[in-house]
Amino acid sequence: MSAPNVPRLLHPEVAVGDDLPELAYPVTATTVVLGALATRDWRPMHHDKDFAVNRNGTRDIFLNTPNQAAWFERFVTDWTGPYGRLQRMTFRMLGSIFPGDTMVFRGVVTDTGVDPTGCGWVSVDISVSVDDDPKTTCQARVALPVDDRDNPWTRTGPAWQP
Amino acid sequence: MSAIGAEDIEGLIGVALYPEEGEFPVEQGYVWTSCASVENGNPLFWDPEVAEVVTGGPIAPPTMVSVWFRPHHWAPARETPGLPLQVHFDLKEGLGLPEAVMSDNTIVFHEPVRPGDRLSTRQILRSVSGEKTTRLGTGRFWVIDVEYTNQRDQLVAVESYTGFGYRRAGSGGDPS
Repeated sequence: MSAPNVPRLLHPEVAVGDDLPELAYPVTATTVVLGALATRDWRPMHHDKDFAVNRNGTRDIFLNTPNQAAWFERFVTDWTGPYGRLQRMTFRMLGSIFPGDTMVFRGVVTDTGVDPTGCGWVSVDISVSVDDDPKTTCQARVALPVDDRDNPWTRTGPAWQP
Repeated sequence: MSAIGAEDIEGLIGVALYPEEGEFPVEQGYVWTSCASVENGNPLFWDPEVAEVVTGGPIAPPTMVSVWFRPHHWAPARETPGLPLQVHFDLKEGLGLPEAVMSDNTIVFHEPVRPGDRLSTRQILRSVSGEKTTRLGTGRFWVIDVEYTNQRDQLVAVESYTGFGYRRAGSGGDPS
């Protein structure tokens, strides 16, 4: 059974070198504070500008790491649709993202394959940049249906090898 | 546990430390708050019909897994909670390395997390390097896994953190 009216990116439709649709988002103080509270991160550098500037030495409050993970997840599944199932993500933090920045997510497919259980996967290199300066990079691997009857979410136990 | 010294490392590799249960069950309201914070319109999290067909019912965004373990900002009569990634701080203390950075972290996703789940976590030291000198200073690299399981003892995620604990260049190490 398939969910009606939802996009479903299929594994055979993806090739190495494909770009993910770019996402640009203007960051405000609300973005930062909402993201911190949504991840239950109460540390003051993510909501108190005075603390961030005078104790951390940064120019403002800045986006926290767990919320950036949520942004990366959204960026990937905007592309795959709900049948895309994340397998793994590796993050490297390079710099901070502040209110007033426009953060731009870009991604490219670096590898594709089908594992021994028949699960199709693709690897993507993603970055979030401000003024073309990468702030965080993420290597992600996501499972995609190999055909329109397949659903990676039904995989469990030994049939799921993330 | 407390400080982890050099003589303790061999016996602790692969040992589960700091088992902990989340303070509250996975909840739908927080799923929506998280999705709203990043404007994530994935219908898995908003449309029960899609969730039923695709994932056999509602799930939480996989990247939320650590959210369920961050303690309330305040709770009555609570003692000071342990630091997240306590093993990292135990190594810093026991090895006499006052500074530390996390170079990268990886999350591997296993069984989906669902509203109502009670998740548990534990920390496992995977490796500690010999002394190395980087531009930051002299110290050691270590890898710590944080495993998350649900109330059915199914693995839901593993986070791996690579840390570098060090003494600043010029404070005893040889800067390079």
